[in-house]
Amino acid sequence: MTNAILTGLMLGGMYALIAMGLTLQYGVARIMNLSYGEFLVAAAFASYWLFTGWALNPLVGLAVVVPTGFGVSMILYRVLLTPLVRRAPTRDALEVDSILATFGMMFIVQGIMLTMFGGAYFSYSFLSIPVAVLGETLALNRLIAFGLAVLFGVALYLALTRTRFGTAIRAVAVDPAAARLVAIDVTWISAFAFAIGGALVAAAGVLISMFLTFSASSGVVFTMKALIVVVMGGVGNLLGCLVAGLALGLSESLVATFVDPGLTLAVNFALFLGVLLVKPAGLFGRAQR
Amino acid sequence: MSIAHIAAGIAAVAGLAALALLPLYADAYHLSLALGLLQFTVLATAWGLFSGPTRYVSLATTAFFGVGAYTVAVLGELLAWPLVLLIAVAIGALMAVIVGVSTLRLSGLHFVIFTFGLAELVRQLVIWYEVNKTRVLGRYVFVDITQSDIYWQLLGLAVAVFAIGWLVARSRLGFALRIIGEDETVARHCGINVTFAKVALFAISAVFMTLVGAIMAPRWTYIEPSIAFNPTISFEVVIMALLGGAHRLWGPAVGAIPLTLLFEFLSARFPSTSTLIIGIVFLLIVYALPSGVVGLWERARWRRPAAPAAPGVQP
Repeated sequence: MTNAILTGLMLGGMYALIAMGLTLQYGVARIMNLSYGEFLVAAAFASYWLFTGWALNPLVGLAVVVPTGFGVSMILYRVLLTPLVRRAPTRDALEVDSILATFGMMFIVQGIMLTMFGGAYFSYSFLSIPVAVLGETLALNRLIAFGLAVLFGVALYLALTRTRFGTAIRAVAVDPAAARLVAIDVTWISAFAFAIGGALVAAAGVLISMFLTFSASSGVVFTMKALIVVVMGGVGNLLGCLVAGLALGLSESLVATFVDPGLTLAVNFALFLGVLLVKPAGLFGRAQR
Repeated sequence: MSIAHIAAGIAAVAGLAALALLPLYADAYHLSLALGLLQFTVLATAWGLFSGPTRYVSLATTAFFGVGAYTVAVLGELLAWPLVLLIAVAIGALMAVIVGVSTLRLSGLHFVIFTFGLAELVRQLVIWYEVNKTRVLGRYVFVDITQSDIYWQLLGLAVAVFAIGWLVARSRLGFALRIIGEDETVARHCGINVTFAKVALFAISAVFMTLVGAIMAPRWTYIEPSIAFNPTISFEVVIMALLGGAHRLWGPAVGAIPLTLLFEFLSARFPSTSTLIIGIVFLLIVYALPSGVVGLWERARWRRPAAPAAPGVQP
């Protein structure tokens, strides 16, 4: 029981980290990024490649992969998504267009990874040393990943709530038209928020690659979980991400331990629908967007 | 009725007759190609029936398709064929109503997310059931049906989907859906039962997708969850409908035909890079043809008579 709860909490922490990037991309930039999981897997492959090819420690690899994720996302937003933002008459129209465009992107990233690595599963062994926590044994790499996830989450939360720049980002998330009136450069803030989302998903990809096996086509699952967490927590809400992520991780781990590991996705969806039927705007969402 | 209408009607009947006679002179390869074309024409048109007027992006095509295929795999040997199809229709409609009632009342985003995962969800449930209860993952489909039979059934289904689409567009339901697509708040204030309209059309569209899966199932002889619930089908159907233009009944079919041929060609010639090429095609369509081929054609037609008037407008 303790083991299931600990595993669930750590899994939930990872889900929360994964979803944080998406909640920035969707909550601030209004890009509903269906290729999100593919970018996570791409970061995992980058980490794998750095570790096996260059013997570079994944924790050091973060320093390479995360800025790359930021840069690639920035370019992507500038080149591919800005035309859509200009073309869309309303934010709802942008949502539909971004779904379709990132859908195409999902195939392109997946296709590139398939041609580079094939369809096989990859993993590497890094710090898989057993550690005793509360009388249960856990792998050290999972613990480190969880610790870093918490660190990134706290850093992001502080940056968003304690700095002037963070306040501007939150202002755009709440009301872009009003944000423009107080001299906030909405276009630039949107691009920046999208890029931070890219950096976060890259970090999540590296951390996950330390203890999970992954393949070129496993991105969809991560996209789905991130979407569920974001919507369940309330779009654009970091605290909601944390709570929803932990709830998802815990329920998944408990069901896998006590009922059947094959039913985890069914549990995800049941939880998702259950929350939405009671609170359509999500756990921490405002009633009307 | 004008002469043009009568001519179009005669042409349609003649075309249909020619299509119906195809299995009598086509070889096995071309017949299987025709099956693929019909399959995607029906799927894309059914997708457009719901997503065209409402502008909800459904990613659940393969969930219904797979459920249809599995119904045949489970019941195909036990019951008479029409009864099996009828049960497939009932299951597809029931599933659509459950999904629709639980997600269509909420914002469009929830619908996208839920349909995005629906095929995966059903696939996991089927795998779980097969592994725990029947203890075998795959099933053999032994139904006494020839390729030509499948072709004729699909052709009938294609005619039916166009007929239903035509009728819906002219009914109160179709009118209500167009208003919902324009502005849901307005529709609500006009006294339209928005949820009922959306769920009803989603169910109609889902029934056709389920039937395609059921009719195509005997072609495979062996099915397992990863074949029946192949997510690529959902994606391909969306691209096809977008290429043609989902806001017209004929649009998705216009997109389905060239893309089915393209994907067939790609999977035969470049199996390893086909995913990449599908992605590029998709992006090109989204950026270059936001309202599809039909939209392009309509704009061209709309501009031509306006052109001569232009000089007079200039100051």
